[in-house]
Amino acid sequence: MKSLSILLTVLAFCSTAQPQPIMVGSKRFTESYILGEIAKTALRNAGFTVEHKQGMGGTIILWQALVGGDIALYPEYTGTISQEILKTKQPLSTDEIRGLLREKGVGMTGELGFDNTYALVMQRDRADKLSIHKINDLREHPELNVGLTHEFLDRQDGWAPLSARYALQMRNVRGIDHALGYAALANGSIDVKDAYSTDARIAENNLIVLDDDLHFFPQYKAVFLYRLGTDARAVTALEKLAGTLDTARMTRLNAEAERTKNYALAAAVYFGKKPEPVAGQLAGKILRWTWQHLQLVGASLFLAIIVGIPLGIRASRPGPISDFILSATGVIQTIPSLALLALLVPLPFFGIGPVTAIFALFLYSLLPIVRNTATGLQDIATAVRESAAALGLEPQAQLWKVFLPLASRTILAGVKTSAIINVGTATLAALIGVGGLGEPIISGLNLNDYSTILQGAIPAAVLALLVQFFFDGLELVFIPRGLRLKQR
Amino acid sequence: MIELKSVSKSFGTMVALHETDLCLEAGKTTALIGPSGCGKSTILRLIIGLLEPTTGTITIEGHRVSAAEILTLRRRIGYVIQEGGLFAHLTAGQNVLLMAKHLKRPLGEMQTRLGELCELTHFPEKALSRYPVELSGGQRQRVSLMRALMLQPSVLLLDEPLGALDPMVRTRLQDDLKEIFQSLQQTTLLVTHDMAEAGFLASRIVLLNEGRVVQSGTLDDLRTRPASDFVRDFLHAQRGLTEV
Repeated sequence: MKSLSILLTVLAFCSTAQPQPIMVGSKRFTESYILGEIAKTALRNAGFTVEHKQGMGGTIILWQALVGGDIALYPEYTGTISQEILKTKQPLSTDEIRGLLREKGVGMTGELGFDNTYALVMQRDRADKLSIHKINDLREHPELNVGLTHEFLDRQDGWAPLSARYALQMRNVRGIDHALGYAALANGSIDVKDAYSTDARIAENNLIVLDDDLHFFPQYKAVFLYRLGTDARAVTALEKLAGTLDTARMTRLNAEAERTKNYALAAAVYFGKKPEPVAGQLAGKILRWTWQHLQLVGASLFLAIIVGIPLGIRASRPGPISDFILSATGVIQTIPSLALLALLVPLPFFGIGPVTAIFALFLYSLLPIVRNTATGLQDIATAVRESAAALGLEPQAQLWKVFLPLASRTILAGVKTSAIINVGTATLAALIGVGGLGEPIISGLNLNDYSTILQGAIPAAVLALLVQFFFDGLELVFIPRGLRLKQR
Repeated sequence: MIELKSVSKSFGTMVALHETDLCLEAGKTTALIGPSGCGKSTILRLIIGLLEPTTGTITIEGHRVSAAEILTLRRRIGYVIQEGGLFAHLTAGQNVLLMAKHLKRPLGEMQTRLGELCELTHFPEKALSRYPVELSGGQRQRVSLMRALMLQPSVLLLDEPLGALDPMVRTRLQDDLKEIFQSLQQTTLLVTHDMAEAGFLASRIVLLNEGRVVQSGTLDDLRTRPASDFVRDFLHAQRGLTEV
């Protein structure tokens, strides 16, 4: 039923929403959230219906969503556009960038004003003690621990070319989430990390930006990228934002968002208005997230059951097809959730939305169900198997009347495992704007705010326990009494 | 009547049953006996189509055992194995009725038949609602026998039906089985490794060794005119039998 209601919601979205709202996307960090909110407000003021899908992922996911038409616009940086999207070696002028983007059906607004370049930061007292002020100074300290965001580690204007340019020989370099990196810097587990120059936490945490004395980092001027088909009045409204945000103002907005934990409020501050009162109390929000979460889990689990049990039945017979089914479902399990989403989002039917989240969760739910169904059936004793055949039951009847009921305990255990894992994994849905209990967890991570993280993490844990109790109860219904009795 | 013509069975290079001709008389009880691995269970499993013969043909009352006919044939055969092969998720009664229900037999007819079977196998009717784990070993074999007899088969195959029971229960069940065989007059094939049991229950004994029939006849034939040293040794090894 849950799955049905989600499907209906999806269909309703597709067919009845007239006029189509303009979809604004943003990346997974505070500044991008705020710029997304600013664009949303500007377009709304111009009379459009707007939706903001917050924190959808990194550059590739956002770009694919833009080109694929899932979103109409998102904030981006000129350096990222030339290095990551257009993949050019030499620096390009703004006009050159605009020309190359047009060929891909994408337009670019004028620069918003501030330059958010990458920077390397350290704790001020630690840097002073080691007398490190420039990136060049790191050459004398190859023993320092460097913790970088995964994106920076892989970027063409990221760590590898930076170390080559400065001839750095750092021995300890590892990838760490951006928000967690600040905590790691504060407690000394890392000494150096990457940051954005407008990041409010640089001032807040008393960090220093290491001077880019060889001018390695390209300029990262903020702009909005939009699909060329977008309403001209909407583009005009966005263009009005150009040149209105200098570095100081952006840093202040970032600080405001982190202090109040409210991106919409920061956007409102930009427009010089008093913020709207916060809608909904905490309990209401948690209920809404939990309900969305349950719908995701329910729909994906339902699909996994109706697909996984037949697959498991097939996989219980020996042979290459069974080996393939079991290895394929196993391999799916090893794909990290972010990578799976990044693979699904650009595909035609998927994009950003509940369908993609449900499909990803469905894939992750398959393994325990398929494997337990296969094992449960294989474990039925030969004597019982042959008795069923010798009675003269057709193979189908043997399966339905004898084998499946006998394997029911193992099969249900697989479904239960899937359901519990699914409750945890469903937090990934928030990455593509579908909501659920992942929403507070991810924004809490970005804001480095534990109480927000717990608003999602605690209900998720409680939900996992409830799901377990629910299935314990279900065993009484689904597992025949004869299998629950102890041997005399 | 069950007829095996030039029937053999090999698993890879291992020959479980050499080319064998065997004819089981209608309405009589025949016992297949021999040491472990002699091929006696293989013959049973070939007849009910759980194994396919490597060579030769098997006919049951004129119908050849084949993939096309196997379902119909199996419904005319009752089959009981050592551990009963009962389905743990069904009660004793549900085990017995499973096939009749599947074939949508009239409910009243099924209930009457169930009552008859309880009486025939000396199984207490109130225990029909128990699950296999709640029954003793002997009771489980009685339920298995009822399940085999439910559709009034013309052929009954029993593979070491009493092999796992303690001596007291075993003797009681042997008496009951003899009574049942005599009253039902089905073509019955019993696999056992106990010569006394074979002699008590069957009118004809077929002794096998290493996949071949060594001798067949009454217990008296085997005892007084053994066809080979093996037959003499096999009988001698059955403690107590020679002194009878």
